Amino acid sequence: MADRPIAVEQHNPALKHHFVDMEQQREASSLGMWLFLATEIMFFGGMFCAYLIYRYWYFPDFAAASSSLDITLGTANTAVLICSSLTVVMAVRAAQLGKRQQQVVYLALTLVLGLAFLGIKGIEWTSKFKEHHIPGPTFNFEASLPGHPDQPVDQHHAQLFFSLYFAMTGMHALHMIIGVAIFTYLLYRAWKGAYTPEYHTPLENSGLYWHFVDIVWIYLFPLLYLIDRKK
Amino acid sequence: MYDTFPLWPARASTTAGSVDTLFIFLVILSAMVSVAIFTAIVVFAVRYRRRRGVTAEQIEGSTALEVTWSVIPLGIFSVIFIWGAVIYFKERTPPRGATEVYVVAKQWMWKLQHEEGQREINELHVPVGRDVKMILTSQDVIHSFYVPAFRIKQDVLPGRYTTAWFRPTKAGIYHLFCAEYCGSQHSGMIGQVVVLEPAQYEAWLSGGGAAGSMASSGANIFQQLGCSTCHRSDIQGRGPNLVGVFGKPVQLEDGRVVTADENYIRESILTPGAKIVSGFKPIMPVFQGLVSEEQLNALVAYVKSLNPNPSGAAGGPTVVPSGAKPQEIKVQ
Amino acid sequence: MATAAITAERENYLNQEYGIKSWLLTVDHKRIALLYLLSITFFFFIGGFFALLIRLELLTPAGDLVQGDTYNKLFTMHGQVMVFFFLIPSIPAVLGNFLVPLMIGAKDLAFPRINLLSWYLYIIAGILMLHCMLTGGVDTGWTFYTPFSTAFSNTKVIEAGLAIFISGFSSILTGLNFVVTIHRMRAPGMTWNRLPLFIWAHYATSIIQLLGTPVIAVTLVLVVLERALHLGIFDPTRGGDPLLFQHLFWFYSHPAVYIMILPAMGVVTEIVPCFSRKRIFGYKFVALSSISIAVFGFLVWAHHMFVAGISLYSALIFSALSYLVAVPSAIKVFNWTATMYKGSITFSTPMLYAFGFIGLFTMGGLTGLFLAALGIDVHVTDTYFVIAHFHYIMVGGAVMGYLGGMHFWWPKISGRMYPESLGRLAALIVFLGFNLTFFPQFILGYLGMPRRYWQYPPEFQVLNVLSTAGSTILAVGYLLPMVYFLWSMRYGKVAPDNPWGASGLEWMTSSPPPTFNFDRPPVVDWEAYDYENIPAPQEARSGG
Repeated sequence: MADRPIAVEQHNPALKHHFVDMEQQREASSLGMWLFLATEIMFFGGMFCAYLIYRYWYFPDFAAASSSLDITLGTANTAVLICSSLTVVMAVRAAQLGKRQQQVVYLALTLVLGLAFLGIKGIEWTSKFKEHHIPGPTFNFEASLPGHPDQPVDQHHAQLFFSLYFAMTGMHALHMIIGVAIFTYLLYRAWKGAYTPEYHTPLENSGLYWHFVDIVWIYLFPLLYLIDRKK
Repeated sequence: MYDTFPLWPARASTTAGSVDTLFIFLVILSAMVSVAIFTAIVVFAVRYRRRRGVTAEQIEGSTALEVTWSVIPLGIFSVIFIWGAVIYFKERTPPRGATEVYVVAKQWMWKLQHEEGQREINELHVPVGRDVKMILTSQDVIHSFYVPAFRIKQDVLPGRYTTAWFRPTKAGIYHLFCAEYCGSQHSGMIGQVVVLEPAQYEAWLSGGGAAGSMASSGANIFQQLGCSTCHRSDIQGRGPNLVGVFGKPVQLEDGRVVTADENYIRESILTPGAKIVSGFKPIMPVFQGLVSEEQLNALVAYVKSLNPNPSGAAGGPTVVPSGAKPQEIKVQ
Repeated sequence: MATAAITAERENYLNQEYGIKSWLLTVDHKRIALLYLLSITFFFFIGGFFALLIRLELLTPAGDLVQGDTYNKLFTMHGQVMVFFFLIPSIPAVLGNFLVPLMIGAKDLAFPRINLLSWYLYIIAGILMLHCMLTGGVDTGWTFYTPFSTAFSNTKVIEAGLAIFISGFSSILTGLNFVVTIHRMRAPGMTWNRLPLFIWAHYATSIIQLLGTPVIAVTLVLVVLERALHLGIFDPTRGGDPLLFQHLFWFYSHPAVYIMILPAMGVVTEIVPCFSRKRIFGYKFVALSSISIAVFGFLVWAHHMFVAGISLYSALIFSALSYLVAVPSAIKVFNWTATMYKGSITFSTPMLYAFGFIGLFTMGGLTGLFLAALGIDVHVTDTYFVIAHFHYIMVGGAVMGYLGGMHFWWPKISGRMYPESLGRLAALIVFLGFNLTFFPQFILGYLGMPRRYWQYPPEFQVLNVLSTAGSTILAVGYLLPMVYFLWSMRYGKVAPDNPWGASGLEWMTSSPPPTFNFDRPPVVDWEAYDYENIPAPQEARSGG
């Protein structure tokens, strides 16, 4: 930054009038995004807290309910999200190197992967709907406790598991949808050449958001899908 | 009965005295601190009011003072904390041998049942000088059992038991309030605690038309619902022997050890799969929805009565005859 | 002396642009502050109206003014409106928004558009809340305890829950803006140790807003889902635990009370040095105490649950921690008092409000010691003792701090002086009315009168009548400033840049400030509260 003449820095078209220079603007935006992610941690944290308590209390029922989730699709989704975080990083890198074409490609890939995640989630939820595992008046979970074929799973506890499952994955999916919307906008702007080596803050900060949503999934997946799986 | 304009609540339990003492201490302490601060402010405001030719003296601070007025309050707070904790500890530890009263709260009334079997609605008769332990549960939302004259309050929760105890020291009639907002008639969910001299209390008991003690009605329910088929007291049945089990540690199948208190008995009846006793199969039927709160209370009282020295149970334990056939289940 | 004609009025943020669009689409933090001022004042009077109805009902032991169900809605909506739509935004969204950039020498907050979004979210939440109130209301108490709120109440719980959820976002975004601004946009030379303590207080408040509000947000989501879909997360008949709700609820709602009081403490810390002509006593300790309150405030939530069914040992821990959090507040009171020592004191309206704050906050805070004592709490929790305690802090404390701040910075905000004698009169009326309203409630509480009671035993009547009498006086005290502030905008004396001779960058620009705050960006090389070098105010304040 020291290389660039101050006049250029202070007259970068992307500089907002209330900031002194681009560096201040960049740092402010970045800090803002990190703080926002801290609030998101607290938000998801409430649900994780409820989940951890009930799982501790009703472990066998939760294990039974968990094993009815599709582990293949869950794993696939995990892989999809991790790859999408990679493509996001590559897009930011491309912006740092001034490569507009690459940015567009990687952002498009990110979108595809994000939509794939949502699609797979849709498939999972549809099958849950068909199996009557959606909490509410139609809920019915027929199964026995793992290792105890003669003991049925407590319906209330199973419904608790699924209530938290849908609340948590639903909230996560909502954040993914918002992420997809943001990245669609970014794709458009990148295509227009808005992001340069001097200014690609929206890409970086949105990338942070995307990584965060990814990390939430990385916690959700083992907690929800991988209870006591001994296959 | 009541003053028209009281400024202090009646003091009618052993706890009330200790609570009032701490309260008065705190009132005096607060008054002293408030007066000190107000006086300082008034004195400074007058003494250092703006005057021609007098400028303020710039004082940055004083670490010594800051430490002093942090440490001293902290010291005083520690005293208050310990004092309050000691009172609380006593309040939450019912003495052995206390008479038990089972309380079921519902929107918007209090249903009480003495060990001896008497039922009351919105009223509780107790004798002076006797320890009374209440076992409370709610049929619907959270309520709170509050007797200001005894200085006791305990939230009453649906789905589990909470307990509270008191020893009345003075005959009289005292307010019973519901202290946790519970809907439309929350402020109508009030009653009274009638503290009688022991002789009058005995008179009230015998005139009450009790339908048998709680323990004995619990014994009947135990038979009717078929519990005695598996929970035998003579030989090892399909379920654990319940004689002497109350209040003792129980080893569970998953390795945990829990205490067989009221909540454990209640849970074992409603959702038996939650805690399986080590060495037994999970075959006990689920009674959730098949027993009312009052029946649950009676069953708990019955199980307690199976202990070798039951706590103050009037009406004695009833040993279940072996091989008794289950009769038709009635839900009250 | 009224000055209707102003010669050669300078360009400032008020007259730079006219028209409703310039206000509704503004990104100027000062205009947004005024938008908030209008909205929170509106909700204050709504909440206050509910309070008056409550007090009128409580004149007599019988329930004879309104029906029981209506009464339950009145106290619920009084609480919700006052907490979420008045107290939590009040000082940060009005005075904070206006002053934070000015005090640190910045042109605006870090994210001006997010600031405007924050106001719109508040308005949307407010409209939803109003709609809820007008179409039936909600009767769960502002604390929404389950299973009553999720499975038994027949009122509009979901709508109220959603309204509060949205208002929470408004709060989070304001906090986010402040933290980033304070970190990144201080003028050259404005180090952390030179910041006005108002800024430290808002920094601490913002941390709480950021970390605490999301928890109530997710709790409300779960309550709404549970109510709509009959889940069982908090319902014991479906395997859930009502205490889990209470823990989640209070994890936010306790720190929330520090969101409500810390900014007011920040205001007092600006007023007392100014009207003592002295630097604050113990700057570092006051700054540190704000941060300590924010940190410790997150560790004490279950002191609202001592009789709820938590274990004895949990209760002991939370009681001990609650005493710890009292220490930093005590430090502030001592430091304010010490600041007056050897000062040169003027009894302006802001200073009178500061005195009132210190007195009433001290009393309210001391009664907190009662509540933290386990043995006492068992008797007084859920009674009028608690109501009196928190109103001493929230009304005797936070609202007086807010009014003091409004009077102190009114010249800066509007460019006009309010009438000083009326200001002092109103402060006195508020102080007297307040004490008459709430002191009897301590006695009522110890006597055993529970909260949220529509009808009560007759022996409680005398104290209730006193309380109601006080509330009518208090109402007058609150109406007065609204009237004369409005009056002053047209007829008040034109304010100079620094009518109080106060320290702080905001006083070094015009009253009202230009849109971009400073004609030239300031460079700071002096300490905060540099009263040694600040001349006394241009006009005499006392006896005015």
